[in-house]
Amino acid sequence: MATLVFVETSEGKVRKTSLEAVAYAHQMGAGVTAIVLGTASSSELESLGKYGAQKVLHAADSKLDHPVIQVFASVITKAMQDENADVLVLANSSLATPVGAKVAVKINASFASNVVELPSAGFVVKRSIYTGKAFSLVELKNQKKVIAIKKNAAEAKEVGGSAQVVAYPVSLNEADFNTKITGTEKATGDILLPEAEIVVSGGRGLKGPEHWGILEELAKALHAATGCSKPVSDMHWRPHHEHVGQTGVKVAPQLYIAVGISGAIQHLAGVNSSKCIVVINKDPEAPFFKAADYGIVGDAFDVLPKLTEAVKTMK
Amino acid sequence: MKILVCVSHVPDTTSKINFIDNGTKFDTNGVQFIIGPYDDYALARAIEIKEANAGTTVTVLNVGLADTEPTIRKALAIGADDALRVNAEPTDSFFVANQIAEHAKGYDLVLMGRESIDYNGGVVHAMVGELLGIPSISPVMKLDLDGTTAKMSREIEGGKESVEASLPLVAGCQEPIAEWKIPNMRGIMSARTKPLKVVEPKATDVSVNVQKFELPAPKGAVKMISADNVAELVTRLKTEAKVL
Repeated sequence: MATLVFVETSEGKVRKTSLEAVAYAHQMGAGVTAIVLGTASSSELESLGKYGAQKVLHAADSKLDHPVIQVFASVITKAMQDENADVLVLANSSLATPVGAKVAVKINASFASNVVELPSAGFVVKRSIYTGKAFSLVELKNQKKVIAIKKNAAEAKEVGGSAQVVAYPVSLNEADFNTKITGTEKATGDILLPEAEIVVSGGRGLKGPEHWGILEELAKALHAATGCSKPVSDMHWRPHHEHVGQTGVKVAPQLYIAVGISGAIQHLAGVNSSKCIVVINKDPEAPFFKAADYGIVGDAFDVLPKLTEAVKTMK
Repeated sequence: MKILVCVSHVPDTTSKINFIDNGTKFDTNGVQFIIGPYDDYALARAIEIKEANAGTTVTVLNVGLADTEPTIRKALAIGADDALRVNAEPTDSFFVANQIAEHAKGYDLVLMGRESIDYNGGVVHAMVGELLGIPSISPVMKLDLDGTTAKMSREIEGGKESVEASLPLVAGCQEPIAEWKIPNMRGIMSARTKPLKVVEPKATDVSVNVQKFELPAPKGAVKMISADNVAELVTRLKTEAKVL
């Protein structure tokens, strides 16, 4: 049984979540073929071998540099057939998840997204549901399967090995270009919230947008991204794309520091995949403390500068 | 113009999640159900388009058993014209997509949330688009119509993408596409008499089988650190939690 992995690139670099997908497929124990669409350097392609890919198909057509979901779905469907693959693994992402869903419809595959563990006997996968509040164990019954894995579900570990890179010529169907990408805009800030390893978030406890400086100082010292609670984004203290929570950005960093956020269940839903949670709040009764690993009861305006200082001293 | 809005019937975002019958069934005890928050954005945008374009109709579709009808009536109270309920439990993305596709032909816009907040599959829109052979775009944060072209803004990792596509199309919506609408008294009264048709599901092979539900392992007790000793937090994050 061969496994195909759809590997995404961003500005010529393989995305970390795609490396996790390759590592996941490798741990499943079958032969792993990765497929990369669009321009990519040969060193990036070869590096996939280190994470467990034996073969890398490279569809280098420059028309694939702007990812049109329908086009990608057709190319990957063809690759599944050419490689005689039963399983497609990809990362949960704004591109790969819909591509995987379309491939699943085309080849009559069982589909699961938000997968957090390797499949167990009988191809049962564990999915994260209720926005991180629960899991379901789902049997994928069809012979063909498409799995979209959640960020951090597998560690992108180097296992050595080298990959054979093969040019994969494609004939593209004009009708598949059914959406036109007219522009892309990068979010401002050096460290992107959804991908950050450390996130520092502020809530109403900071009392106003003019006080965000002390939070940003801490974020800078930690090389962290900044986030906020829903009320803060609703009041336009901070931009919408910083809103962490059930209907905002879901983060899964190594360290999440919440300052002046009481911890409404909707906020927790956006952060419950974090490895370690620190809560700083002057109200000892704040519900967030129950979900935290470390807590400090104190005034943000007193604690934050001290914390920033301590971080700088440590480094 | 004809708009179809697909809504899920899900536990309120503040719900505590529990399972009964040896982890095989969701515990509805004490749980309040709502229109999926993302679906609510889709519905609000549909109503805005209807209000700006005379002759536009908005139909609501839900795949669910009879207990979802209060949720459907709420969508009618917000301003949809009529509703369709496919009488089946929505347990799998493909099953739901296949039901929607069966009834979505002839609509110019098929709107829904980016994902339902119970199963979080996030792919029903993509599957509906694939089944109907029309474009599907998600998560859409902005959708404006220019004749038969939709101009959209979609969230991608680390930014956003401007996308255009011709109608008909499917869009999975999220904020800030529109502001949630709250039904007023007139809406609530008129919703009682708006048509709500119930149809039986289209036979669909089930490709996945949910065997069991689990809750995450309980979190260990929080370790409190004195505000007078903030440096200790940094030390413990480094040596104990190993996250710095």
